[in-house]
Amino acid sequence: MGWVADTVRSISSIQLRQVFSQFITLGLIAASALVIWKGLICVSGSESPLVVVISGSMEPGFRRGDILFLHMGKNPIRAGDIVVYNIDGKDIPIVHRVIEVRERQNTEETYILTKGDNNPLDDRVMYNPGQKWLQNHHIMGRAVGFLPYVGWATIIMTDMPILKYTLIGALGLLVLTKKE
Amino acid sequence: MHSLGYRANALLTFAVTILALMCGMASLSDNFNSPSPSAQVQVLNINWFQKQPNSNDEVSMTLNISADLQSLFTWNTKQVFVFLAAEYETPKHSLIQISLWDGIIPSKEHAKFWIHTSNKYRFIDQGSNLRGKEYNLTMHWHVMPKTGKMFADKIVMQGYRLPEEYR
Repeated sequence: MGWVADTVRSISSIQLRQVFSQFITLGLIAASALVIWKGLICVSGSESPLVVVISGSMEPGFRRGDILFLHMGKNPIRAGDIVVYNIDGKDIPIVHRVIEVRERQNTEETYILTKGDNNPLDDRVMYNPGQKWLQNHHIMGRAVGFLPYVGWATIIMTDMPILKYTLIGALGLLVLTKKE
Repeated sequence: MHSLGYRANALLTFAVTILALMCGMASLSDNFNSPSPSAQVQVLNINWFQKQPNSNDEVSMTLNISADLQSLFTWNTKQVFVFLAAEYETPKHSLIQISLWDGIIPSKEHAKFWIHTSNKYRFIDQGSNLRGKEYNLTMHWHVMPKTGKMFADKIVMQGYRLPEEYR
């Protein structure tokens, strides 16, 4: 009877090892995604190096679902730059073009006015009441590159969270149950 | 090893890699284009030039803008955004840029144009610095690609001056 117990023990140890290795694989995937994202933040100097366009205010240049690559850079913001800004107290970042720049003497403080290419009016109506200008701390980055359509995946997943969780669950299961 | 899932996965990975490579090459090919655009701007008339009640100066002008931006277009160009900005300095500000007119050029056929217009956006100084002010008119353009890196450049035209008196 001794060999039966041995076999059972060896099988269970193999499975335990497999389970561990699969959890490590899962952890590696999550960690490498995080490393890539943080690396991008480091290289671009912007706290969110990729943004998905969600409104049509910059059409026909940028459409809903396009992805923009942001870069902060040392160069000051100038008229014509496409910037991503965040109004205090609102969480949705906006991608619009700078149409006016007023740079103060000595203080380095820059006052910026933006407008969407497809909007008839400038953005003062979208700023907080009484706010006439954007300043450097509102700016999250400057758009330098562009990739069409890829952002739709994000938009669909944000609109349908169930899909997102099913997808993440299915992928996780797939990795965990994969047999080498 | 040769299940349907594996084959579909391999095919998808390959397709996405090729697509990414092609996007990258299309964007890189823009670097071979060395454009030679030209632009002229004339201020035909100062329509009015006033001090607002809050003591800001505002000026309205008629502009004649002509430009040839055809050489900016390549096969990877979606559109060119072009705008004309007035740029000047004041004792308080080291740089002020105000966009006066802008336009979207959708294709090469429309890239050689001539337009007679008054300023589309208001030319207001936060203060009363505009009398006799010397300023530059700068034609900026931003090339938006179908995919990849965006390009921008400008032509600075110097030696414009606003009138000494309100009118």
